Amino acid sequence: MTGPAPLLSVQDFRLEFDTFDGVYKAIDGIGFDLAPGESLGIVGETGCGKSVTAKSVMGLLPSPPARVRGGRILFDGEDLLRVGERRMRAIRGNEIAMIFQDPMTYLNPVFSIGTQLVDVILAHQRARPRAERMTRERARDHAVEMLRRVHLPNPERQLDSYPYQLSGGMRQRVLIAMALSGRPRLLIADEPTTALDVTIQAQILDLIGELRRDLGLSVVMITHDLGVVASVCDRVVVMYAGQIVEDAPVARLFDHPAHPYTRGLLAAVPHPGRPAASLSSIPGSLPNLLDPPAGCRFHGRCPLAGDDCLRPPPTTAVADGHRVACWRAMEAADAGA
Amino acid sequence: MLRFTLRRAVLMVFMLLGLLAITFTISHIAPADPAALAAGPDADRAMIERYRVEYGLDRPMYEQFAIYLQRLLTGNWGKSIHTTRQVWDDLVTYFPNTFELVMFSILIAVALGVPLGVVAAVYQNRPIDHTIRILTVSGVALPMFWLGLMAQLYFALHLGWFPLGGRIEMMTDPPQAITHLLLVDSLLRGQFSTFVEGLHHIVLPAVALCFPALASIIRVNRAEMLETLNQDYIVNARAHGLSTFRIVAVYALKNAMLPTMAMIGLRFGWMLGGTVLVETVFDWPGIGLYAVQAAISSDFEPIMGATIVLGFFFMMTNFVIDLIYGILDPRVREQV
Repeated sequence: MTGPAPLLSVQDFRLEFDTFDGVYKAIDGIGFDLAPGESLGIVGETGCGKSVTAKSVMGLLPSPPARVRGGRILFDGEDLLRVGERRMRAIRGNEIAMIFQDPMTYLNPVFSIGTQLVDVILAHQRARPRAERMTRERARDHAVEMLRRVHLPNPERQLDSYPYQLSGGMRQRVLIAMALSGRPRLLIADEPTTALDVTIQAQILDLIGELRRDLGLSVVMITHDLGVVASVCDRVVVMYAGQIVEDAPVARLFDHPAHPYTRGLLAAVPHPGRPAASLSSIPGSLPNLLDPPAGCRFHGRCPLAGDDCLRPPPTTAVADGHRVACWRAMEAADAGA
Repeated sequence: MLRFTLRRAVLMVFMLLGLLAITFTISHIAPADPAALAAGPDADRAMIERYRVEYGLDRPMYEQFAIYLQRLLTGNWGKSIHTTRQVWDDLVTYFPNTFELVMFSILIAVALGVPLGVVAAVYQNRPIDHTIRILTVSGVALPMFWLGLMAQLYFALHLGWFPLGGRIEMMTDPPQAITHLLLVDSLLRGQFSTFVEGLHHIVLPAVALCFPALASIIRVNRAEMLETLNQDYIVNARAHGLSTFRIVAVYALKNAMLPTMAMIGLRFGWMLGGTVLVETVFDWPGIGLYAVQAAISSDFEPIMGATIVLGFFFMMTNFVIDLIYGILDPRVREQV
């Protein structure tokens, strides 16, 4: 792939969890690149490892039980798996910020919005040269600015409100303001709209799109909603059972899905004008990652599976910027075209 | 917050009335005849009747209760049969000693218990957590009076670091009363050496008394910290680069302090009423000893007096804890 050096590059990343029942192989050798300013979607069903990937980038997984088994996570050339907690803390919020799924539980219930926002802004100052650090008053002004930026009505007044006084959409805006207050270059959004009403979802997605354009943010959008991917992402990575099965530009993925799993996902999306009866589902469920199946992890549920699928599938480029890990990639692509 | 406070205060008045009614009823259905007791074993029927009339024991129950309330409000709390002094004067003498002891003891328990609970939670299942667990299990399991005796043997007799017992030395003049709290009064009167002496005397009994409270505060705070440290808002705080110290000591602890406060309040109340063992061991002139002696001799005016004072302070404790709840948690403040 040509172009500018990637801002984020995940390379052959492996991660396991130690559990009472054995070793849970959550992430098995994934790799993808994110160019500066690009918006990447990571899709897959619950338990496929999307959130674990995101939290690994932020260094938020407690270890034990999590254990990195190999690979690199390069951010601007720096390997986040090896930088240490001190440097990681400076990176969090200042370089990479994250927003989460459920805005109801991600704000501290006993502190006001202003206190929490100012605290975060002040924490960011420690990573800066002494002369450039904000005072508490300046941080408060900055907090108001950030709340205005995410279109929260009455930002000055809201500083004194507590989370329980705000709606879900407003709380997500506060969390976005918090995430962007350190002027990060990368925003990781872990299912930011899943817990919200449909109309609020659209507003939050618009907001993320707007901030992305204005601030030149790169975005990693983690979701199981292909509609979200279509509206905000340039490129998509499809994950299945801890592996990446397909990586393609958005339009390409929707028009020419190459992996049978991706095709299954797309067939399961309802379309206006098409009767609901024509919706299909993928039979079966995610394999148990304590003892993952040999070869292609999808073969147990795959309509095209054959004997060769018991061996690990090769990753092939089916078009420019379109990779797929499947023995039957061409067949599937042809069938889908 | 003002409406919240007022509402709690009004509720407390009703609770106090309820307390008075209950204690009054209980002391009047007890089988022993206080008039006969007061008159002594040699008294004839006429003398007993005279006592009965003098103490108002011949009137109907509700009338006695009404009279009692009226007397309480005018400061006449009746006479103790066995000390022959006014109950009010006895209470003013003995209760502040107990209050001081319990206050000092709960301060030790909170000052040690909260940080130890936090440390145990942060280092869950590591050696330091196990060490703290040994402390908490023994605090709950070992009887206070035994701990007191052992402390006396070792720290007072063997090492000689602290006096064996008593409030101050026999030869020391207590400061002239202002609040009746020795430590406070001696400071207010500028009697610094008396203050140090009082402090010296309070350490051993306070430490012996604090163990059960210390243990339960550690246990509750540890459990609550473990729960709050797993909350999403803690992950969020970490994701924004806040320092571990700030996350643990401010973001998590403020949430964990809510149930811990409830435990502190409960323990404080129990300690007020449960000091008699420690007071006996350390010869501490407190209300526990006074009340037990009154109970043994069926002397019901002091029993009622002590019960009212202890009950009142128990309620005050709950009131204060409620206010702290309101300060800590905006949601409590709101639901008036």
